[in-house]
Amino acid sequence: MQRLPTAISKAPTAGAFIFKFRLPSGWVLAALLIAMLTLVPVAVVLSSLITPEREIWTHLVEYQLPQLLTNTFWLVLGVGLGVAIIGVSLAWLTAVCEFPGRRQFSWALLLPLAIPAYVTAFVAIGLLDFTGPVQTLAREWWGPIEFPPIRSSGGVIAVMTLALYPYVYLIARNAFLTQGKHALEVAQSLGLSPTVGFFRVALPMARPWIVGGVMLALMETLADFGTVAVFNYDTFTTAIYKAWFSLFSLQAASQLASLLIVFVLVVLLAEQQTRTRMHYTQTGKHSVQARILLTGARAWLAAGFCLAVLALGFIIPVTQLLLWASEVVEQDLDARYLDFFWHSLALASFAALLAGAVALLLSYSARQHPGLLLRMTARIATIGYALPGAVLAVGVFIPVAWLDNQFVAAGWVQSPLLQGSLMVMLLAYLVRFLAVAHSPIESQMHRITRSVDEAARSLGVSGVSLIARVHLPMLRGGLLTAAALVFVDVMKEMPITLMTRPFGWDTLAVRVFEMTSGGEWNRAALPAVALVLAGLAPVVVLTRYRSK
Amino acid sequence: MLLELKHVSQSYAARRVLRDLSFVLNTGDIGCLLGPSGCGKTTVLRAIAGFEPITGGEIVLNGERVSAPGFIVPAEKRRIGMVFQDYALFPHLNVAANVGFGLHGQSRTERNKRVEELLQTVGLGGSGQAYPHELSGGQQQRVALARALAPCPNLLLMDEPFSNLDVELRERLSLEVRDILKQQGATAIIVTHDQHEAFAMGDMIGVMHDGEIQQWDKAYNLYHLPKNRFVADFVGQGVLLPGKVLDANQVEIELGTLYSKTPGACSPVGCNEGSNKGSEVEVLLRPDDIIHDDASPLLAQVEHKAFRGADILYTLRLPGGNRVLSLVPSHHNHAIGEWIGIRLEVDHVVAFPKIKNAAS
Repeated sequence: MQRLPTAISKAPTAGAFIFKFRLPSGWVLAALLIAMLTLVPVAVVLSSLITPEREIWTHLVEYQLPQLLTNTFWLVLGVGLGVAIIGVSLAWLTAVCEFPGRRQFSWALLLPLAIPAYVTAFVAIGLLDFTGPVQTLAREWWGPIEFPPIRSSGGVIAVMTLALYPYVYLIARNAFLTQGKHALEVAQSLGLSPTVGFFRVALPMARPWIVGGVMLALMETLADFGTVAVFNYDTFTTAIYKAWFSLFSLQAASQLASLLIVFVLVVLLAEQQTRTRMHYTQTGKHSVQARILLTGARAWLAAGFCLAVLALGFIIPVTQLLLWASEVVEQDLDARYLDFFWHSLALASFAALLAGAVALLLSYSARQHPGLLLRMTARIATIGYALPGAVLAVGVFIPVAWLDNQFVAAGWVQSPLLQGSLMVMLLAYLVRFLAVAHSPIESQMHRITRSVDEAARSLGVSGVSLIARVHLPMLRGGLLTAAALVFVDVMKEMPITLMTRPFGWDTLAVRVFEMTSGGEWNRAALPAVALVLAGLAPVVVLTRYRSK
Repeated sequence: MLLELKHVSQSYAARRVLRDLSFVLNTGDIGCLLGPSGCGKTTVLRAIAGFEPITGGEIVLNGERVSAPGFIVPAEKRRIGMVFQDYALFPHLNVAANVGFGLHGQSRTERNKRVEELLQTVGLGGSGQAYPHELSGGQQQRVALARALAPCPNLLLMDEPFSNLDVELRERLSLEVRDILKQQGATAIIVTHDQHEAFAMGDMIGVMHDGEIQQWDKAYNLYHLPKNRFVADFVGQGVLLPGKVLDANQVEIELGTLYSKTPGACSPVGCNEGSNKGSEVEVLLRPDDIIHDDASPLLAQVEHKAFRGADILYTLRLPGGNRVLSLVPSHHNHAIGEWIGIRLEVDHVVAFPKIKNAAS
């Protein structure tokens, strides 16, 4: 806490730095301010690493840390390997090979993206637990048999792998499609079989992309709260949540958050590192390439593998959700659901608008002032996608509470104004999802070249009229995509919502959390269906992009 | 006189991009700025359009000063149309809306009438509802032209307008665009690095190098009476042969003595001035100055040949070791190594002072 003034005083220093060269315009100031929104929570959380509180640390080290570290280690290792193997093999099959159903699988394999990992998690437990239908049926047929426990490292890893492999699949598939057939043909002309060619040519060429995809999946793994909570598998995010709610210890929560953020920053660094190495070896169209034709048993094996992943990751969970939901829909769907819907909808819409507007501002200011300063600013402002929601909740709450106390001390307000308001929650959403909104807007911004502006000016159109008649219409698609993506992400978001929502502001995701905490899978299915429906929207967008 | 540039210069940081640039363009004329990439020609265009400030001199449009150091009339107030290299069509608007974009303060019917009239002019009548991405490169080019012409600008600027098109289309369109501009009575400046394009379109052509205009002249004069070595080298083909000024209008080279028909026009050294008598010069010989003639006693050896369809460009080696180029109808097909007869037919004697230690 006492480090905070230092963190905030950085703002004017940074401003003065540019001041030497030229007057900072409103654009530059706005961009720097946005970057501060991201930097302050990170700095606040990291600062508690530098100022450890002895008592809390002793407690943590003795009782919690060994378990948390072991769990996190196995989770990261298992999910990392799992998504790499499944994602790359599916990408290779659908991008380069030919077998029955390949075209359908190539988009259908993205569908698991629509289901939040915590939903797959509770469906898996509901199905496979001791009292679940699978084990019950098995006992009926074959008598008492021993199943491996589903609530274990293996279970969590399997569920997370099924939920997160699409990140690797999507990116690796693009890499295989764009690296061109020529490299592989050269390998074949030099006497390598397709299989050997895959391991010696295609895989090494695609490595930066694959590593990038795995890093994204690992960020999600480290950030995950809902899945591990369903499995009672303690990681840093659940520990932060417990410290926050059960122990009411902000200090313990921030100490844990500071450790987690170090892991995250390491992964983030690795991911940013691989990005610079992603150069397309062959740009342009996906060549109409001769695919490797799989025949006989190999073809059916390939199709079977794709189908199995799709079934486990999407078809079975969705079917089970629908069954459960239909069981309870009559008794459960009452007036409270209007509130859940309304809250989810309002929060997601507002966050989408906010993130869209801020991302637009950020992208626009970088356009008005091309150069290293604003490029770095945008880079910093958008690292929030790597920050776990539980960490952000802590990082945003602490400075806001501090501000509140200052206001009260100054006598401006009677009681704390900001904490416990929607503002904290929206701020945390904004930081977390700014990158999601920024990238589609940024990619459309690149289409507005300098000559487009100049063409308009030479035709007598400038200033506000230029923005209204040219810029906004040209950015419309990017803005809509940005808003839609943020909307869905906020709908699904769990830890920030749980930790910072004002009293009584329950959303669909909160409802899922509460029902799964009580083990009432069928009652959790009802809100989960709504979340999956919303989640399908960005997947449709993705498949549309790819088919272009 | 519509446009006048007076001693315009511009520098970015320490680098001078334009230096002491002056030329005049009359109403209805088409001017071309020709030069290799990086010579500053696009910067001139952008300065005239009002997108770039200038650091020296002034630009006068229609008798009104529009640019001077520290003073600039913004682009949107100049009524100067511009066609960009990448066309810069607005992708969210259809063709008709693109063309009508700059028509302010007119009724809808007036605007529609003007748009359709222009689309007819550029050969795209009835395509108003199409979107830019549905058009070919050549069609996008025409839309860009129509859009720039729509508000009847004082002056039209075109930046490498045909560089994104393939060669055949480029030649056809450049003639077509010239006709359209003349028909509309437009005054225009076209920037290009392609001399054929400049010759085809420009009434006046400025050859630029290193931020300076080397020569502002008609195409004929640029080719036959270049003012300096850069223009001689950049425009057309040719070689420089060593020679000596003999007397008024006379220069002696290996192939004989050249006489300038017009006294004093032995450009640019002025070989009729007594002070130059006996001085060493280099004489420009174009491929069309060397005529192949089997009857001629002057012989040269074929060293290299490039077949071009209607004619062959021979590189010939003279007995003294110098090389010349000769353009010969292609039915005179001689083998490499063969000695063939040539004679001189030089109408314009162009001689430059010899550079010490020059290799050629």
